[in-house]
Amino acid sequence: MSFGQQHEIHKRRFGRNLGVGLVLVAVIAIVFGLTVVKVTRGDYEAPRSEVQN
Amino acid sequence: MTDTSIDNHAYENEAQFGDYFALLKPRVMSLVVFTAFVGLLAAPVPVHPFIGFVSILFIAIGGGASGALNMWWDADIDAVMKRTRNRPIPAGRVSGDTALAIGVALAAFGVIFLGLASNWVAAGLLAFTIFFYVVIYSIWLKRWTPQNIVIGGAAGAFPPMIGWAVATGGIAPESILMFTLIFMWTPPHFWALALFMRSDYDDAGVPMLTVTHGRRATRNHILGYTILLAALAIGTGFTSVGGPVYLSVAVVLNALFLKGAVDIWRRDEDMSEADNFAAERKFFKLSLLYLFAHFGAILIEAGLSRFGLGGWA
Repeated sequence: MSFGQQHEIHKRRFGRNLGVGLVLVAVIAIVFGLTVVKVTRGDYEAPRSEVQN
Repeated sequence: MTDTSIDNHAYENEAQFGDYFALLKPRVMSLVVFTAFVGLLAAPVPVHPFIGFVSILFIAIGGGASGALNMWWDADIDAVMKRTRNRPIPAGRVSGDTALAIGVALAAFGVIFLGLASNWVAAGLLAFTIFFYVVIYSIWLKRWTPQNIVIGGAAGAFPPMIGWAVATGGIAPESILMFTLIFMWTPPHFWALALFMRSDYDDAGVPMLTVTHGRRATRNHILGYTILLAALAIGTGFTSVGGPVYLSVAVVLNALFLKGAVDIWRRDEDMSEADNFAAERKFFKLSLLYLFAHFGAILIEAGLSRFGLGGWA
């Protein structure tokens, strides 16, 4: 068996690897989007009274 | 036999991505997503669209984690029942340990991220829902008492309360009403299924009401719960989540549901055998429409209220 030949197992695993990859990309997109929304809404700003102290 | 054929044999039954997805019980997840979405929109506090979207996603992931943990614990039962023997664990495509690991990881992920995205009341409710479904229902009640469906149904009833909590950060009478609607709907829904999937629960040794108290008692229970459910569902129409649209839907569907329950109650086993449980199957199908239509009507009322048209105001 030559190294260049794609084994049937690799073909079968491609779908699973692709699925896991897409899930990871989605997680990154969600965390990034959530951060953008939270920061732009000012969720992480300190309350005014704390700032004055 | 070549090396290649040995490899093929060893990996023939290897899990695909779809098998891992099936562990999350996608059909149950669709109910979780829909009812949580309705709870979120029915709440009187607007939510940022992205926060709302990811919150529903995290609730779905938490629900999926419960499904995976349930499949891990119930693999022995699933292997016996016709309806469940092709699930990934009994079919040998995913190991029990893998399902446990996926369930625990997704549960932690869903709860923590829901807390970060919305608030910790919603996250706490999601954590309690997962605990209730896995520990109270799957591990404790399911194999022990015929009331398993009644009490365990609470787990499936929490999503609209979680959706409401995402928006408001708390619990309200309206969110408890939505919880109670699903809670009261679950027993007749599953008991109808148990009537026509007759040998499955017997074979698996699950103490369903049909097995422990008999099929006549199950028919009586279906009617009793349906009467209580109808009163509750129609009563909800007069609260702030209800309105003319909801009430119209509730009156029609509860009349049909009550008629279905009476039909089941009036039949005996010979009559059911004669037409292959036609009335029981019809009632089960109607129960699916029943829940989606009630929550759909709450959603319509919430949508109309954005234009000052929904509810009784």
